[in-house]
Amino acid sequence: MEIYLDNSATTRTFPVVREIMMQAMAEDFGNPSSLHRKGVEAERYVRQAQEQAARSLKVDPKEILFTSGGTESNNLAILGTALAAGRQGKHLVTTAVEHPSVSETMRYLEEQGFSVTWLPVDSQGRVAPEAVEEAVTPETILVSVMAVNNEIGTREPVEEIGPRIKAKNPRCLFHVDAVQGFGKYRLRPRAARIDLLSVSAHKIHGPKGIGFLYVRDGVRLHPIVFGGGQQHGLRSGTENVPGIAGLGAAVEEVYRDYEARTDHLYVCKARLAEGLRKLPDVRVNGPEGREGAPHIVSASFAGIRSEVLLHALEEKGIYVSAGSACSSHHPGVSSTLAAIGLDKKWLEGTLRFSMSLDTTEEEVDAVLAALAELLPFLRRFTRR
Amino acid sequence: MTYQAFLIKYAEIGIKGKNRYMFEDTLVSRIAHALRPVEGQFEVYKSQGRIYVKALGPYDFDEAVDALQHVFGIAGICPLLQFPDQGFEDLCQRTVAYMGETYPDRRRTFKVMARRANKRYPLDSNEINSRVGEAVLEAFPEMRVDVHHPDVLLNIEVREQINVYSQVIPGAGGMPLGTNGRGMLLLSGGIDSPVAGYMVSRRGVWIDAVYFHAPPYTSERAKQKVVDLARIISRYTGPIRLHVVNFTDLQLHIYETCPHEELTILMRRYMMRIAQRLAEQNGCQALITGESIGQVASQTMQSLAATNDVCTLPVFRPLIAFDKQEIVDVAKRIGTFETSIQPFEDCCTIFVAKHPVTKPNLNVIRRSETHLTQADPLMEKALETVEVISVGE
Repeated sequence: MEIYLDNSATTRTFPVVREIMMQAMAEDFGNPSSLHRKGVEAERYVRQAQEQAARSLKVDPKEILFTSGGTESNNLAILGTALAAGRQGKHLVTTAVEHPSVSETMRYLEEQGFSVTWLPVDSQGRVAPEAVEEAVTPETILVSVMAVNNEIGTREPVEEIGPRIKAKNPRCLFHVDAVQGFGKYRLRPRAARIDLLSVSAHKIHGPKGIGFLYVRDGVRLHPIVFGGGQQHGLRSGTENVPGIAGLGAAVEEVYRDYEARTDHLYVCKARLAEGLRKLPDVRVNGPEGREGAPHIVSASFAGIRSEVLLHALEEKGIYVSAGSACSSHHPGVSSTLAAIGLDKKWLEGTLRFSMSLDTTEEEVDAVLAALAELLPFLRRFTRR
Repeated sequence: MTYQAFLIKYAEIGIKGKNRYMFEDTLVSRIAHALRPVEGQFEVYKSQGRIYVKALGPYDFDEAVDALQHVFGIAGICPLLQFPDQGFEDLCQRTVAYMGETYPDRRRTFKVMARRANKRYPLDSNEINSRVGEAVLEAFPEMRVDVHHPDVLLNIEVREQINVYSQVIPGAGGMPLGTNGRGMLLLSGGIDSPVAGYMVSRRGVWIDAVYFHAPPYTSERAKQKVVDLARIISRYTGPIRLHVVNFTDLQLHIYETCPHEELTILMRRYMMRIAQRLAEQNGCQALITGESIGQVASQTMQSLAATNDVCTLPVFRPLIAFDKQEIVDVAKRIGTFETSIQPFEDCCTIFVAKHPVTKPNLNVIRRSETHLTQADPLMEKALETVEVISVGE
């Protein structure tokens, strides 16, 4: 038995993704920049994926820029804006709970003489739209807020934030890191006044190493990768055609039967959260039910180190992550959990369960049963 | 300058009396083995009490030297200019060209040291010394002769062939692997134990290793780290069989039964017992640990004595009088340091008492052990479920 509940780290590819990628590697392996037929065939994959991505956001295909994934999309959105801003200003606004690909990029800009406002979040991990509006000044060039928090599943009020930014400073750009939100919500950049939006394919059952950045028509970005001028000179380098093809297929597939699948995820989420709360000395972090994302449940277990519990579950074929998987390279405290003011007693024993379209209620029950069995045993052996 | 041969210098083999041929033959085969993955074809042979490595065509010099530097028993590696005797004039010309190419900056003092194994050569050593010296000075007036402290000692050996060399690249030292038996290394993920294994192996000892794994308290990555460390030292020590022991149940039994300040000592006594059993099963004549006096609570004199109490095989502790920094220096040199400091917990760091005993009383410890009624069967079970991972070729 294998139960994979680490889908916020990465997901299994859809079969249609593997198929189209094989096709793009084995048959239509041309370089889209080539003038001959092989190039034209390859370019078709790129165009199709652009259309698929654009349709999912209700934007124009020429507003889709392919990158190597979420990290590069976030870097390009932030650095590209800063480099293009010139005399417009040197101020940026973000939150205390962003993914490192946003927060580290912001920190780099701070070192380069930009100023950054880091907004706090409430106990549910949510940033207040009013606070964002207040932070925006005439010198602000960019606001960056994530769509869904990767550690506790908070849905940030990006639809409310966008119009407020534009009302205060129409020239200020709005970037949304939608790596965890895309595929879980229908995101509408035009309505939400979003100028830049980052997506990663491997979080939505696509391949690793590919993602895209939505760049609203008219937004001026400065490239951070230089070379042969592909993708309008904004992102040089031969397009990763198999990856792009896989991304397109994943984008289309992940929004198929969207309502029914989301309902199913919320059923699983409720079942898991409810079961966890019944276990002794366990707390569930982040927003409940439809207040938060459908796929993430964060829970803290008093008296157990998360790593130990993680490995004990692993022995039973259950895969979860400790806090946020991306932060496992930095032992220590997770930024979101600290930002929502979680007590130290809970911090060290936090696990993230993240579900996918394949997750079943039976799996949720099996995980709860495994925890009920393991917790008393593991709590016997704690550091004294 | 492209060298087609190396002269291998060895230190201690030279004084091994009648066993000398055995040590030399072992070294020749270790060298041949080490050169196998290197780009190029090589011949390794003994001739008149020397070992030569000859490249049989184009090869990667840096890669070859690096491989040779990982062979225990080599004191120095001398890139060699080797050519047949075509008269003294030819020897002078080639030697002058060699000096010019090897020391392009020219500002060196030198001394010629000729050896004439071929006694029929028309010039004797002294004549070769002075006439080659003259020729070099004539070609490169910036160079100077200094017979007492030369920068460059220019060796010229007249054998069936002529050998010219002046550079000695330091080797790993020690004795060829396989000339001194086999030892069982207690390998943790830390800095010390890989260094200890390296040091004992350097005396010609094959290494087996044992790692104590405590899932779910220690992760697969902690185990992978130990495999990685074994792989790094195996470039020196040759292939290692890594015996992975599941220690969890035994450790929990000790934890539940005994006073917590004694945990570490008791745990280490059982580790030694298991290691010793594995040593005997695998033909090892000794245990090897990375302990160093006073480094941590379990390595005070009293603690070491309490741990040693359960061993009948000799326990080699090559780092016993080393300071931590000295150990770190060796770890950096042999390339294990970066891997050792990866932050994964091992079983020794997870169940530690806040205040472990530093001066355990052997009688008290032995009495505590009598309460461990399940220890023997759990130890047998651990021994039955050992996983063996072969590392290095």
